[in-house]
Amino acid sequence: MIRELVIVSGKGGTGKTSVTASFAALAENGVLCDADVDAADLHLLMAPVVRERNAFMGGSIAAIRQDDCVECGRCLELCKFNAISEDFVIDPLSCEGCGVCVDLCPETAIDFTVQQCGEWYKSDTRFGPMVHARLGIAEENSGKLVSLVRQETRKLAEAKGCGIILTDGPPGIGCPVIASIGGATALVIIVEPTVSGLHDMQRVAELAAHFKVPGLVCVNKYDLNSDMTREIEEYAAKRNMQLVGRIPFDPVFTEAMIQGKSVLEQAPESEAAIALLDTWRKIMSSPSMNTMGIKDFSAVIQ
Amino acid sequence: MIISIASGKGGTGKTTVATNLALSLNGDVNLLDCDVEEPNAHLFIKPTMDKVEPVTTFIPVIDSEKCNLCRKCTDICRFSALAVAGKTVLVFPEMCHSCEGCIEVCPEGAISASTRELGVLESGHSGNLGFYLGRMRVGEAMSPPLIKKVRTKERERDITIIDAPPGTSCPVIAAMKGTDFVLMVTEPTPFGLHDLKLAVEAVKVLGIPSGLVINRADMGNSGVKDYAAEENIPVLMEIPFDRKIAEAYSRGIPIVEAFPDYADKFRALYAKIEKYSSVEKES
Repeated sequence: MIRELVIVSGKGGTGKTSVTASFAALAENGVLCDADVDAADLHLLMAPVVRERNAFMGGSIAAIRQDDCVECGRCLELCKFNAISEDFVIDPLSCEGCGVCVDLCPETAIDFTVQQCGEWYKSDTRFGPMVHARLGIAEENSGKLVSLVRQETRKLAEAKGCGIILTDGPPGIGCPVIASIGGATALVIIVEPTVSGLHDMQRVAELAAHFKVPGLVCVNKYDLNSDMTREIEEYAAKRNMQLVGRIPFDPVFTEAMIQGKSVLEQAPESEAAIALLDTWRKIMSSPSMNTMGIKDFSAVIQ
Repeated sequence: MIISIASGKGGTGKTTVATNLALSLNGDVNLLDCDVEEPNAHLFIKPTMDKVEPVTTFIPVIDSEKCNLCRKCTDICRFSALAVAGKTVLVFPEMCHSCEGCIEVCPEGAISASTRELGVLESGHSGNLGFYLGRMRVGEAMSPPLIKKVRTKERERDITIIDAPPGTSCPVIAAMKGTDFVLMVTEPTPFGLHDLKLAVEAVKVLGIPSGLVINRADMGNSGVKDYAAEENIPVLMEIPFDRKIAEAYSRGIPIVEAFPDYADKFRALYAKIEKYSSVEKES
């Protein structure tokens, strides 16, 4: 059975990608997945060699053929997204792709072409295969692309007989995050000990509970505020989320990023690297990662 | 003047810049937290909240007495929010994008409007500062309609500052579109640079004047500055890494409260924003 570990945080910039890269260096026979398709960064540390490049076709966008339009105003009446101007031009940035104007235009003067919204890739890295993507700027459908990237990662893991998928998740709790966590074996929530970090982690923990995925908690830069670290750990305990690591604040994270390496490669003897190794071991031996489907969900998360 | 604060990469300091800028400006300022998935500005402003109102969106309800299973509604729905199963039409509220096409096409008048809660809009103030935040319901996927609702609070006063979500896709566009200036906040690291480039592309699509704040300016390399120079993006402010600032931040204390000297720096930042937004308007 393939296990999938998804690294999330709620708040951005807490260290998801750096931690994922270090886990990639430690995982045996793993596949990497970058599910942060909106601002993907994992490739900057993994230097993937792209083996296969695919177009991502998202939704359709409506466009009025000016020659056929008789300016009856029906589309203006129908559009709930204020995407159509008084002179009957559709703003592609406002168009939701619902197609209502397309279907109901009395002159059938509106085209509805499927848009390429991005690209996704199958690649090789020094730590094994990787599936990643790039969503076009200002595009919708990020959740759809995340689902696609995760499905393709799973297929690749099955084909290559890999036992574990490491997925670098997006920030927030909205559509791409929901698409990132459904059906995952467990989440690792990377939290920084700040009021924002705690607040955002609580929301992502609620989301995990909502979708019934067990959450593990790792505090990054824990020594920045030890009171806040304690508060985070108490909150995790209250929700039955296992604490799997405390990683110290260490400029080696930035140094590794500049070298395009994981912390484990850049400074294997550093305190941060040792803490990451310890975190990885705790994750891999945690009950959440070692049940063939959680039998008692409430024992893992409430 | 409506300023949106964006970044591409998360955790670079958008909220820090938005809150400190808002606190430094004397006069009528509205601060809108449009990072509705993870709103944080209130943790630093600590406003008195006056009002919480639910924000909802349309979803259809099917009257099975009137429905004759003609499937016109399922045909027009591009979002798989409606499906015929046996002798009923099922509604999947979380898939619905509220286009109301189903109501429009139902020949039997069997569909009526109901609502799904997107989240709440909270209004408050801190002294002169007007404060609004959107808080998306946990489990809700779509943030742009809630962001648009929060943005109905702009323009009531002279200066509006919008704290945008990270990324470059639809929620960010919803927060930046139609603003007068985009202030991008980044850190001088490879991740910061990579995601800044994406944010710059998004700003170009919208055609809004922009400038840059470099946070933790002394941690990393020169990539961000070199790129800003190449692209002619003005660097309007640099905030050095200071463990004391980071510790104050961790406790929810704004920089201008911990280090009052910074208020002048944020006022200078605003003066530069005014200058660059008007220069670009003229050209």
